[in-house]
Amino acid sequence: MDNLLSIITFVPALAALILAVFLRGDDAAAQRNAKWVALFATTVTFLISIALYTEFDPSNTGFQFVEEGKWLMGMKYKMGVDGISILFVLLTTFIMPLTILASWNVTDRVKEYMIAFLLLETLMLGVFMALDLVLFYLFFEGGLIPMFLIIGIWGGPNRIYASFKFFLYTFLGSVLMLVAMVAMYADAGTTDIEVLLTHEFSSTGFTLLGMHVMGGMQTILFLAFFASFAVKMPMWPVHTWLPDAHVQAPTAASVLLAAIMLKMGGYGFLRFSLPMFPVGSEVMATFVMWMSAIAIVYTSFVALVQEDMKKLIAYSSVAHMGFVTMGLFAANQQGVDGAIFQMLSHGFISAALFLCVGVIYDRMHTRDIAAYGGLVNRMPAYALVFMFFTMGNIGLPGTSGFIGEFLTLIGTFQVNTWVTAVAATGVIWSAAYGLWLYRRVVFGDLIKESLKTIKDMDAREKWIFAPLVAMTLLLGFYPSVVTDIISPSTTALVQHFDTAVAAAEAATQTASN
Amino acid sequence: METIILFAPLVGAILAGFGWKIIGETAAQWLTTGLLFLSCILSWIVFINFDGVTHTVEIFRYIESGSLSTSWSIRLDRLTAIMLIVVTSVSAFVHLYSFGYMAHDPAFKDGESYKPRFFAYLSLFTFAMLMLVTSDNLVQMFFGWEGVGLASYLLIGFYYRKPSAGAAAMKAFVVNRVGDFGFSLAMFALFFLTDSIAFGDVFVATPELAQTKLNFLWGEWTATEVIAILLFIGAMGKSAQLFLHTWLPDAMEGPTPVSALIHAATMVTAGVFLVCRMSPVMEFAPHATAFITVLGALTAFVAATIGLVQTDIKRVIAYSTMSQLGYMFVAAGVGVYSAAMFHLLTHAFFKALLFLCAGSVIHAMHHEQDMRNYGGLRKKIPFTFWTMILGTLAITGVGIPMTEIGFAGFLSKDAIIESAWAGGSSFGFWMLVIAAAFTAFYSWRLIFLTFFGAPRGDKHAHDHAHESPTVMLVPLGVLSLGAIFAGMLWYGNFFGHADEVGKFYGIPVAEASAHGETAGAHEETAAAAHGETATATHGETTTEAPAAEAGTHHVTFAGEPGQGALYISPDNHVLDIAHTAPAWVKVSPFIAMLSGLLVAIWFYLVSPSLPKKLAESQRPLYLFLLNKWYFDEIYDAVLVKPALALGRLLWKRGDGNIIDGFLNGVALGIIPFFTRLAGRAQSGYIFTYVFWMVLGMAALVTWMTIGGGAH
Repeated sequence: MDNLLSIITFVPALAALILAVFLRGDDAAAQRNAKWVALFATTVTFLISIALYTEFDPSNTGFQFVEEGKWLMGMKYKMGVDGISILFVLLTTFIMPLTILASWNVTDRVKEYMIAFLLLETLMLGVFMALDLVLFYLFFEGGLIPMFLIIGIWGGPNRIYASFKFFLYTFLGSVLMLVAMVAMYADAGTTDIEVLLTHEFSSTGFTLLGMHVMGGMQTILFLAFFASFAVKMPMWPVHTWLPDAHVQAPTAASVLLAAIMLKMGGYGFLRFSLPMFPVGSEVMATFVMWMSAIAIVYTSFVALVQEDMKKLIAYSSVAHMGFVTMGLFAANQQGVDGAIFQMLSHGFISAALFLCVGVIYDRMHTRDIAAYGGLVNRMPAYALVFMFFTMGNIGLPGTSGFIGEFLTLIGTFQVNTWVTAVAATGVIWSAAYGLWLYRRVVFGDLIKESLKTIKDMDAREKWIFAPLVAMTLLLGFYPSVVTDIISPSTTALVQHFDTAVAAAEAATQTASN
Repeated sequence: METIILFAPLVGAILAGFGWKIIGETAAQWLTTGLLFLSCILSWIVFINFDGVTHTVEIFRYIESGSLSTSWSIRLDRLTAIMLIVVTSVSAFVHLYSFGYMAHDPAFKDGESYKPRFFAYLSLFTFAMLMLVTSDNLVQMFFGWEGVGLASYLLIGFYYRKPSAGAAAMKAFVVNRVGDFGFSLAMFALFFLTDSIAFGDVFVATPELAQTKLNFLWGEWTATEVIAILLFIGAMGKSAQLFLHTWLPDAMEGPTPVSALIHAATMVTAGVFLVCRMSPVMEFAPHATAFITVLGALTAFVAATIGLVQTDIKRVIAYSTMSQLGYMFVAAGVGVYSAAMFHLLTHAFFKALLFLCAGSVIHAMHHEQDMRNYGGLRKKIPFTFWTMILGTLAITGVGIPMTEIGFAGFLSKDAIIESAWAGGSSFGFWMLVIAAAFTAFYSWRLIFLTFFGAPRGDKHAHDHAHESPTVMLVPLGVLSLGAIFAGMLWYGNFFGHADEVGKFYGIPVAEASAHGETAGAHEETAAAAHGETATATHGETTTEAPAAEAGTHHVTFAGEPGQGALYISPDNHVLDIAHTAPAWVKVSPFIAMLSGLLVAIWFYLVSPSLPKKLAESQRPLYLFLLNKWYFDEIYDAVLVKPALALGRLLWKRGDGNIIDGFLNGVALGIIPFFTRLAGRAQSGYIFTYVFWMVLGMAALVTWMTIGGGAH
């Protein structure tokens, strides 16, 4: 199939169109149909994407399945995947059917809800496949629209504030990225990412407003992109939109936000910052690694004192993303491999944790930790699943969470032992807040009257968790299933990075001699 | 065969944990126990047939990234073989014991199914522990290390209704994580320096590491010293050494078979095993090992003092465990790893025995654990009484001084005390001797309070006190055999002459005549060496000491790092010096033991009112010990409360006031500007934002189209 990527990307959009055009009414039957169509479409998308996995050639570090064509107004439509992006595509198609299943009890405007999710899938997939700047930007920013709508329409009572904050942050970041993209186009004369990856942006230092800018143009471009990606990750101190967004978002939207949308920032660093502005990245690397280490400790402490389950997990997400940025900017094989691994692992584990909150939220309509206690007495299956993912979240070896933390830390140690030592304390804090949450919610005797009739997970809920458990274990015990795919591409990336940095250093030395 | 040993418990855990509804509760219990006995028998076969040559079985690939390459694999050498029999034997009998102990647990309501879960956890623990001891690289070891932590967490929190159990479980895990932090950094450093975390590669590189300087945090250090200290921090957590020990007494919240298996015989000894396993690193880290010695000795002492006054039968034994672990670290610290492993082995038998006996007492007394409510149980539960006496004889170190005849603890503990002396650590030596006296006191105190005197406490409980069922008594009997004979049986292998020990561990030995020392000069030199080494460490100062006793074979260890299961530097003669320790050194632990016993008899048999009077007259000291040196209170005030306060500060002030405050300020400036631009068309914030983003994109697209004639 020549246009496999386009098929994968646009099947959900097509389903959304079908729903929009052909589904009429809002009775129970129509609602059921909307759900089944969405589930069917996302499942089909996932099944097709498996072909991507089987056909992919890991030893080829270039882009594969490339599609190129003219698009409206003289712009190019170019899609492709390499070892870095393919697993994010699969993660997205894998998570989507689960979010639809998790939304099975939505009763308010079901058709529109499903349309929003299906469109969101298309846009998210596009981000990981786009090989053209404009196309990337469209997908990258476009994905925010359905997410705004989902939070704004199906969200909690304080949804306006949350979406306002979400907007403010992302908008400020995006503006800068947009300007940088324009500058890149002006410099390189193309918007083709494949070409841009080989284009050398100037790294000669210059003086701006009385300040010497090391790495020159590259550093400026880096910072502009950084503004956008750092907000998306989110990195400390621009993380405060995330807890609010999560708290207001419906469960399924939280899952997508945590599992996929946060990864766009990390993916952006991998696709743009490191390979296109290696010198700029190198200049900023220590700074970014320190921000990551601070994020890990800072947000862990904040997570420790949360009273809202979702907020706690949201803060824990920020801490885990800290490992990602730290590993990325260690810019060596283990660090980058670890960062990608951590993102995928977090995709499964955080998704599952938000689903765990969703399970009891559906029953009790509160996320207040104090409202629970002793759930193990009536919900043994739930207790097991929640325990499993808590352990995954705190990086227990045997789960995927460990591999990501381990690789990013071992990579960073080679560059900066202080950062590593500070970040590695994260294993202590995560155990503290994770287990304390678990203890307060699940352990203890079941005393609260309101919980006396709570029911354990039903078959649908179990089926949502089963694939996530399987993936967490598979990646935890046999991480080669991921590293075999990504390693050749990350090796190439790291080599490219090292060469570029070494060349720039040599050039600086020659200049100063 | 090794693979079967390793995976049989895992299979049992999975089948019992998830399949008990299909196969039934009883079948699940039999299945796990049966598979454990299978593992146990195979382990003994492996141990007995082991030829001293290290070999590796690879299972499948694990973490691979660039030059980092690890796999799931089994490294079989003498250390592994020893740990295999310790882990599987104790585990198998604890499984069996649990049939009786867990039969009717009052913590669960009628109809609640808890037994398959319990057995599954026990088997899961055993699997993780076996992963730990069979690993051939640090990361797989870390898997086992954390895996046993998980099992420990699950089992401490087994009585999930009790809030104290949940708290204890969490505390155990978090405190252990502090240790794991050190362990992780050690792994990272080793990978950074040697490009590998497989034991084989690391060991071979150690002589080079000893010469390497490592930039770590604020300074430049000798690589081996840093790594040794970091590893030991890991060991401190798992093995409850001072400062990271507070979780162990609380861990007694778990069911008693768990305490016997995990918190006495196996998991807590993982730290000792780690230090012995990493002996090539330790041998090149004289300062780090000196620290290990001091901390081990301090732990032995502090734990013993706390054990003197505790009233909960399990807590007494828990502190006793902590104390004995301190002994093992002293042995490892002075460089006699074989003695550490010896005590690990014997301790596993007699401490598991003591815990299981305590369990039998608790079972008889309807889950009463306070010794103040015991008394006079000798007649009611005679079998438990006699086996517990055997365990106490073993732990207090009863034997015939100056010979190799005695209970297990006599031989192994004395070996450690002699090693401490020979290693030149007089601090270690005296701490351990004093601790030995305390050990004897609290162990006999436990016996006297429980089995002698008049019954105290609830009369009903005493009237109905009954001997435990056979499934519980058989393990007691078997472990008693270990407590009696393990020391005498293996003395030569662990603490005999260098060639015997070398042969056992697969370490090559060489004739010591190369050193050119005469046997006659020996006594003096040893004494002199001892004098000098009072403040220094073995590696530097015992170089000149001769390596043999008059009339025996002169041998010294001559292996390279990585050869055999242990690496003992050719300069490390502590073992030989220990053998020629003067009589007062060899007799002192015995005297200490006797004095502890006599005081216990005096306090609890002759004049039972004395302890109370003493406690009243020395109230501050008594309270200090009763409150465990106030470690928990100090940690709570210094660590826990400030951490929570910091969290709240960062949340409310940092996130709330500063970050959001700043952005809100910006927003107040920007938003009105935008809304003016948007005019009155806005119908709610969201649509404004969407509108603006679309507008932005449209602007971009337009710009591209107009200016984009480039292609």
